[in-house]
Amino acid sequence: MEVTTKSMPYGDWKDNEYIEGMVNELKANGVNVVVGSLDKLINWGRSNSIWPLTFATSCCGIEFISLGAARYDMARFGWEVARSSPRQADFMMVAGTIVHRMAPVVRRLYDQLAEPKYVIATGGCAISGGPFRHSYHVVKGVGEIIPVDVYCPGCPPRPEAMIYAIMQLSRKIKVERFFGGVNRQEKQQDFLKNHPLDKMAD
Amino acid sequence: MANLQAIVAEKFPEAEIVNGETLELNVPDAKWHSLATTLKNELGFDNLTALIGMDWGDLLGVVYYLTNTSTWEVVRVKVTTADRVKPMLHSITDLYAVAGIYEREVYDFYGIIFINHPDMRRLFLRNDWVGFPFRKDYDANPEVNPVRLDHEKVDDVTVSYVETAPGKIEKRKVEIFSPEQFVVNIGPQHPATHGVLRLRTAVDGETITKIDLYLGYIHRGIEKLCEGLTYPQTLHFTDRLDYLSAMINRHALCLCVEKALNLEVPRRAQVIRVMMDELMRISSHLLAIGTFCMDLGATTMLFYPLRERETILDILERTTGARMTFNYNCIGGVIADLDPNFQADVKKLLEIMPKAIKEYNKVFTGNVIAHNRMDGVGVLSEADAKDYNCTGPTGRASGWACDIRKRHPYGIYSELQFDEVVRHEGDSMARFKARISEMEQSCRILAQLVDQIPEGDICAKVPKIIKLPEGHWFQQVEACRGAFGVYIESAGGNQPLRVKFNSPGFCLAGAVDHLTRGEKIADLITIGGSLDYVVPDIDR
Amino acid sequence: MQDLSFITRWIDNFLSGTLHFPEWLTVTTECVLIGLVLLLLYSVLALFYILFERKVCAYFQCRLGPNRVGPWGILQSVADMFKILIKELISLNHVDKFLFGLAPFLVIIASMLSFSVLPWGNGLQVVDFNIGIFFLLAVSSIGVLGILLAGWSSNNKFTLIGALRSGAQMVSYELSIGLSVLTMVCFAGTMSVSGIVAQQEHTWFIFSGHIPAIIAFLIYVVAGTAETNRGPFDLPEAESELTAGYHTEYSGIHFGFFYLAEYLNLFIIGGVAALLFFGGWMPLHIPGWDGFNACMDYIPSVLWFLMKAIAVTFVMIWFKWTFPRLRIDQLLAFEWKYLLPINLFNLVLMVLVITFGLHF
Repeated sequence: MEVTTKSMPYGDWKDNEYIEGMVNELKANGVNVVVGSLDKLINWGRSNSIWPLTFATSCCGIEFISLGAARYDMARFGWEVARSSPRQADFMMVAGTIVHRMAPVVRRLYDQLAEPKYVIATGGCAISGGPFRHSYHVVKGVGEIIPVDVYCPGCPPRPEAMIYAIMQLSRKIKVERFFGGVNRQEKQQDFLKNHPLDKMAD
Repeated sequence: MANLQAIVAEKFPEAEIVNGETLELNVPDAKWHSLATTLKNELGFDNLTALIGMDWGDLLGVVYYLTNTSTWEVVRVKVTTADRVKPMLHSITDLYAVAGIYEREVYDFYGIIFINHPDMRRLFLRNDWVGFPFRKDYDANPEVNPVRLDHEKVDDVTVSYVETAPGKIEKRKVEIFSPEQFVVNIGPQHPATHGVLRLRTAVDGETITKIDLYLGYIHRGIEKLCEGLTYPQTLHFTDRLDYLSAMINRHALCLCVEKALNLEVPRRAQVIRVMMDELMRISSHLLAIGTFCMDLGATTMLFYPLRERETILDILERTTGARMTFNYNCIGGVIADLDPNFQADVKKLLEIMPKAIKEYNKVFTGNVIAHNRMDGVGVLSEADAKDYNCTGPTGRASGWACDIRKRHPYGIYSELQFDEVVRHEGDSMARFKARISEMEQSCRILAQLVDQIPEGDICAKVPKIIKLPEGHWFQQVEACRGAFGVYIESAGGNQPLRVKFNSPGFCLAGAVDHLTRGEKIADLITIGGSLDYVVPDIDR
Repeated sequence: MQDLSFITRWIDNFLSGTLHFPEWLTVTTECVLIGLVLLLLYSVLALFYILFERKVCAYFQCRLGPNRVGPWGILQSVADMFKILIKELISLNHVDKFLFGLAPFLVIIASMLSFSVLPWGNGLQVVDFNIGIFFLLAVSSIGVLGILLAGWSSNNKFTLIGALRSGAQMVSYELSIGLSVLTMVCFAGTMSVSGIVAQQEHTWFIFSGHIPAIIAFLIYVVAGTAETNRGPFDLPEAESELTAGYHTEYSGIHFGFFYLAEYLNLFIIGGVAALLFFGGWMPLHIPGWDGFNACMDYIPSVLWFLMKAIAVTFVMIWFKWTFPRLRIDQLLAFEWKYLLPINLFNLVLMVLVITFGLHF
């Protein structure tokens, strides 16, 4: 099944195989008509209304401001309702380097987000530590402490790249299932079990 | 200078005086505090420009740069200790307020305890961090300090090492917040802290009684990383310090290395550098006033300056290929030639800017509520600005003429016509207006240069492997938020022994507690916005 | 002017006449129907307002605003609603669970009750009793209770500060609202909503009451903005100071209630302003211009009411996005030192105008 969006033709997406793989995984057990269409409706709502948490640590945060400004205007997609309280946000754009002292805070913010919650690792630093990878005080990728849905490379990524990343997230949400089936929550729980709060499993 | 030398030699015979680029005084720790008193009270060195912790392998110590703000003389003082187990030096917090935060930084990185400092806690790293990372013998094994996901314990009590009699040191407990105080934790994740600053704020109703500053939520150890890289490799970190004055920071590091190499930079490169710096300054101030207005609640005023900022970013992007981390300056000049349309683009910008500034004033500056919120809020006196080393628009809004472009001109700034924006109110409104006037001055500089870009090389001939001779160099430039200093100490190889970025934001953050005492919670946001610190610049 | 009460009369006749319902059943059915209609209207209006504000502020800021979901982005807030409905409700430890759950309902019930008094059109009004305006003021004050409870029960310092700010602010500005409404009630001589509307058949109060009415209108809009916790008086939820103020800890549909109530309160303020100053659902009549008046009569009364309310709220949205926020002490000083004395003076002025018949 092709997961399409209004803003971009299907062929222009870079990693369709991944999303299609997800769709096949979901379809493996077949879908009830009623549940399926309910799911569609819910996912339509969710994928079109992803509110970011205002969270930025460094340069990528400034590009995130640019994303909200006149030229790139993320309001077109309905993403401009940036909530300062994690309880009300849908996804967290980890924009910038995460250091040792910040790590517990990031984890707590993630835990405070209400389900369904998503994470976009934005920029080299959040993905792998970037130019600061060899520092004594830098976490080598935010993926070590919270589960990440979309990686958005760049240093910092251009606002266009950020739009692409959030649109990818939106596509990922579109193929989710609310009622039963392959549940991303299970994967999330697995991740959190492997990365307990008191000690990192290495 | 000679006078100074004579007085010091007479009063402090044990001080070793070295003549160099700046006058250097080496004193034993026992005499240091009285020397500092003399320097400040008798010789007029009332500004502590930089305080740099050092590890020379056998010796630990601190290098001080003091400035006389009336003559702009600089003196360098070196104090060392051979004790590596429990190194102790005397604090000068009682003389220079900014030393309070600087000395905590040195304690955090080198473990040097400052006697009589009221608050000897770690500043950047977690309380439970093992070791002192900037020491040459630091154990960098990640197993010693793994990524911990448990929250560190927050202490309301700190320690202070007090000298009760000469040579007798007593460890005392100092209370930061009493149990009755209502402490609100603002940050690290808070929309108005401009990043990840953490301010534990004690409030009485809406009035702030004390702020305890926590840094290090984006401390990336850039200075330590530089010690393991060659000089050209260290350049890219400067773009990521204060990413809003990326060009200027990089300019500073290049200047410092060029000074060490005695390198003559081609005229064309110098002009390009200055133009880029001023473009950067305009774009940074645009964002600064925008986010400041947003913090005050006027959201629309964020978007108008951002619109003009995009125009500037376009100009920069056409030449450098990037929107934020430009990697444009290099040792000896600049990395690539200008875009063919550069001059036309800048001229177009110069046409837009006056109209835009008029519009900002119309939308925001004249607003009654804006005046109520900003007039008389967070007043910083001139003496305090020097004491807390608050440079840049903040210092100049308090009446301290501290523009490095005028005081220690670098590049071609001495040939240019521009006014130093000095205001005397010292409040948030003055800081806001100073930024707007500085944009006008930057436009003036650009207008002078846009048709005067000479032809020629863009980069001097530099050796393939850059090795600096043994020695130390300190170079300051005027970044968007104040004087940005780079200190390099080299032992002669192709890698530095120590690189220190003396960032303006660090001192601004140190002044927050002083500025907010007795103000309202809402004023904390006003003051923070008007100081316009960038947190990665503070934490490095 | 077409009288729309024939619809309600027809339903009444249908239930009791055609279906032969006993009286109690008729009344119950009608109540349920009205409740459903109000709920529907409430949510549709809230969704409309959310989108409207986002679009309007986007245009102020040289942006486009939502334009991807549905044609011209009109389904954006519907998508938001779907999402909020199924978003997780986080249960917190160490909170007063009962009050924490009660608070959003108090807020939304308060705004719904005041919503029901508004005169929607000629003959379209849910309850029309002789103290309608009084009832409106009374029920809209319940909202502050919800906000205070929300802030208090969340066990969070930010929400507590937000709630206390909100308490001080709303109690103060309630006075201004009350007094400016009182001024207009004096002028109208009745507290009944339909009575006030009927009096404005020929000229709206803002014209006939001239100076005191204009002053009352300005004060009403300022105080109304403060009542709805919107910028420049949005201190209880000052984003840059208190993260999200009193509703920081609320998630999912509980937060949705606060969110909806905020926009609906905006509409209610607009609606009451339309009722008191711009003739409710009455069309614009200029004495002497009979042709013009007849033309105006062709525009349905419901449209008139909505247009007036939206026009007033547009102005409120306009200054929300332009002005910076006040500080709490300035906010209270503004009310007690300026608005209240002006208001009292204005009331006396209005009484003089009425006594000496200086109005049109």
